[in-house]
Amino acid sequence: MSENLPALLIVVPLMLAPVAALVGRAGASWAVATAACWWALYASLALLLRVWDEGVIRYALGGWPAPYGIEYRIDLASAFVALIVAVIGAIAIPYARTSIAREVAEDRAPLFYTAFILSLTGLLGISITGDVFNVFVFLEISSLSAYSMIALGQDRRALTAAYQYLIMGSTGATFIVIGIGLMYVMTGTLNMVDLAERLPQVADNRTIPVAFTFLTVGITLKLALFPLHLWLPNAYTFAPSAVTAFMASTATKVSVYLLLRFFFTIFGFQFSFERMQLDMVLMPLALVAILAMSLVAIYQANVKRLLAFSSVAQIGYMVLGISFGSVLGVTAGILHLFNHALMKGALFMAMGCVMYRIGSVRIEKMAGLGKAMPWTMAAFVLAGLSLIGVPLTVGFVSKWYLVQAALERDQWAVAGVVMVGSLMALVYIWKVVEVAYFGELDPDHEIQEAPLSLLVPTWVLVIASFWFGIDATGTAEVATAAAESLLRGLP
Amino acid sequence: MDSGLLILFTVLLPVVGAFLVLALRFNENVREAATLITGGVTFYHVLGLLHLVREGERPSLTLLEVVPGVDLAFEVEPLGMVFALVASFLWPVTSLYAIGYMRGHHEENQTRFFFFFAIAIAGALGVAFAGNLFTLFVFYEFLTFCTFPLVTHHQTEEAKRSGRIYLGILLTTSVGLQLVAIIWTWVLAGTLDFRTGGILAGTTSTAVLGAILVLYVYGVGKAAVMPFHRWLPAAMVAPTPVSALLHAVAVVKAGVFTVLKVAVYVFGIDLLQTLATTSWLAWAAAATIILGSLVAFSKDNLKARLAYSTISQLSYIVLGAMLANELGIIGGGMHIAMHAFGKITLFFAAGAIMVAAHEKEISRMHGLGRTMPITFGAFFVGSLSIIGLPPAGGAWSKWFLGMGTLEAGQFGLLAVLMLSSLLGLYYLLEVPVKAFFFPPPADDGHRHDDHGHGEEDYGGSTHAADDHAHHGDESAFVIGGLREAPLPSLIAICVTATATVVLFFWPDLWQELMTMVVGGGAP
Repeated sequence: MSENLPALLIVVPLMLAPVAALVGRAGASWAVATAACWWALYASLALLLRVWDEGVIRYALGGWPAPYGIEYRIDLASAFVALIVAVIGAIAIPYARTSIAREVAEDRAPLFYTAFILSLTGLLGISITGDVFNVFVFLEISSLSAYSMIALGQDRRALTAAYQYLIMGSTGATFIVIGIGLMYVMTGTLNMVDLAERLPQVADNRTIPVAFTFLTVGITLKLALFPLHLWLPNAYTFAPSAVTAFMASTATKVSVYLLLRFFFTIFGFQFSFERMQLDMVLMPLALVAILAMSLVAIYQANVKRLLAFSSVAQIGYMVLGISFGSVLGVTAGILHLFNHALMKGALFMAMGCVMYRIGSVRIEKMAGLGKAMPWTMAAFVLAGLSLIGVPLTVGFVSKWYLVQAALERDQWAVAGVVMVGSLMALVYIWKVVEVAYFGELDPDHEIQEAPLSLLVPTWVLVIASFWFGIDATGTAEVATAAAESLLRGLP
Repeated sequence: MDSGLLILFTVLLPVVGAFLVLALRFNENVREAATLITGGVTFYHVLGLLHLVREGERPSLTLLEVVPGVDLAFEVEPLGMVFALVASFLWPVTSLYAIGYMRGHHEENQTRFFFFFAIAIAGALGVAFAGNLFTLFVFYEFLTFCTFPLVTHHQTEEAKRSGRIYLGILLTTSVGLQLVAIIWTWVLAGTLDFRTGGILAGTTSTAVLGAILVLYVYGVGKAAVMPFHRWLPAAMVAPTPVSALLHAVAVVKAGVFTVLKVAVYVFGIDLLQTLATTSWLAWAAAATIILGSLVAFSKDNLKARLAYSTISQLSYIVLGAMLANELGIIGGGMHIAMHAFGKITLFFAAGAIMVAAHEKEISRMHGLGRTMPITFGAFFVGSLSIIGLPPAGGAWSKWFLGMGTLEAGQFGLLAVLMLSSLLGLYYLLEVPVKAFFFPPPADDGHRHDDHGHGEEDYGGSTHAADDHAHHGDESAFVIGGLREAPLPSLIAICVTATATVVLFFWPDLWQELMTMVVGGGAP
């Protein structure tokens, strides 16, 4: 079995998805989804350990070798991203049961869980496949299921949000498939390793830069890099709380991984950065994302929306790290991928708790919640501290590497922007804190603390965001090794 | 006990105390006993460490590696010892004071107050014993956040506004400037350890090092060098024990302590002397000294006046560091202790006046010395120390600072020190002089009268009086014609005032420790 683990990681959840739809009852389909998530967690952890010990895993799907069949190729970066996805899935699924029961009609719950499993499968697939067309297939699986999950939100605006995301997401996917097609035309292969070998020979042909450009636009749209982020705020705001928590921590992260995979592994550092000067595009956009989106977040009255804009800003940090093209920078990007998944997941889950109890996440409705829901708000404050980048939290570790990467290149201004971004995070987090702790509780409404089934997953993420901030040696080591292997290109 | 574990134990003790406070909240006397006992035990352990340090040992402990190459580590050295001694000695004293104050003032949420108070002390000890810049920064930020609930204790609109200024300025400076400086140091030196002689010498051009020094001095917002001083007056909205211990001792001294530590162990005195920005920063500190004193002049609210006086005095220590010679460092380090005892006495007195006589404005304190002679007497002693006059401890630190300016050949800075002392002479001594020698205003008879009027202001006090028959009233200690602050507070005031005088006659310990910092034998 362990030989076929890469395939089973994908196949087991994929098979469980229709089961979840067929059992037809909310509780049963939730159990199926839980099984899928926990399986994914086990399998991805086992894969990471194996990659760490033995190096890159190459697995020919169905026994068909690479040029004919699809190859799964798992290196440190893929295993790390797959693990992030699986961990968040495993934490989000117990949370989803209570939260979804409140926010989604019961007869639709089985469909929701089916979509959830499919989305998870797609994201896992993107991270471990070694075939670019397979990337596109998994991307569509995860995106289509994401559109339908968002559309299940209780607010009717969820429908337009999902539609907006559908249009923009499909545009992005189309750009990606055009890019892939152009590469295929020039090289005759879809396998990442073969592409990386053959692309340099045809790089002088204008088709390759065009393919590169299509891919850049498509991927940055998927990862919501400013100014292609327009789909994200509405989608995050109106989706059911559990979906927001899951997607914010995984979907954009996997897209960042795609960026790394295409630009470093397939096109190679030389082509992407020296010939195409990708950094000239990414860095300014990342800096603008950090500043402008943090500023927009400050003025939001809906906390989920506030956090959504904050996510766009945080994606700016990841892309900024990558745009340095140095080991430190890429390490910072990969680290922040993981770190941001933890803290933003915790923040969105805390908001899910609030939504569960008071049915709204508008700031003015949260007055006095510090007293009524002490554990929920404490989780929000602590995860918020991480977002700000207080030492001994994961947010600090990201900033530590990011600023180092900037100072290493003597780019003071960039280091300054990173810090200004942190302070802006302080402003928008503290806005919520002040209302929750200094506001007066409405005496007419009896508000209780959120149920344990919501609090426990939230706190698991909060504790993780301190745990990996206090001892970041492990994550930093993995991220550094992943960055080094990405920058080295293929062996 | 292993000396490394002793450090950890000492830093964690206040945390244990904090949770004891939480667990014992059902009975306020038991709860306060927990604070006092923990405070005493903590001080005892600091003394144990002091013993080791005086024998030349440097107890240290590495807890864990946070990111590769950067540890969370403790090391006790003489400069940290100075700060730890001051903070841990004054904590139980302030707790005693707080018992009288909080009850006399009928403050709410007292358990939360004592909880975060203890946590803040753990933060201060962590700063004192930090073994590298990273650990120092961790506890520095920790201190900022755990004092926030204390500053905003009253949860009013004003408290909220002040809390914003407090966090805003402290975090803007620490994240925006100090953290950049720390990471830069790491990139250049490849280490964040504190070493005698510094770690930055020769790593890059003096221009860049000068810029990093500026980032450090302004990045340590807790040192309140203008223009980053506004948080300190804002923090005065807190209950007076917080202003006394945290915003005259623990928090602000954590700031100047960081500046001294960076000057001595990151840059090193020799390197500092070669940087152009060192003397600019010395003048920036001098400007803060004078401006702070001038603003203090204009304040009629006693706590606000003391806050600006603190801003001015903190820059003495920054100035000492930027003189970049041994005398300046010794003077700066001694001033951490001397100013702490003097200023805490002043704040204690200010709080006592608020509790017993319900007065905050200096102009309304005329003649009050006749009913509160002990409080105003202590205020007088504390003022002497801040001004730098014998027989109070402040004379010594100012002596060394003055010698430092001469050694550096900076007569202008010496003049600044003199001028500021003269200003202090006026704005501090005005308070006891008016209280003792000015007649009480005629229309103000209600102030220290019977309870009939007190009832209007503080409805609860007469009910409390029944329970505390021997005090007569929970908000004051009445004996003969006197109406002083509640007894626990009064004892605390006497302790710190006495200590201020004692420090004049026995300043040896501080001088010995600071001499060890600059690496000399006997001075």
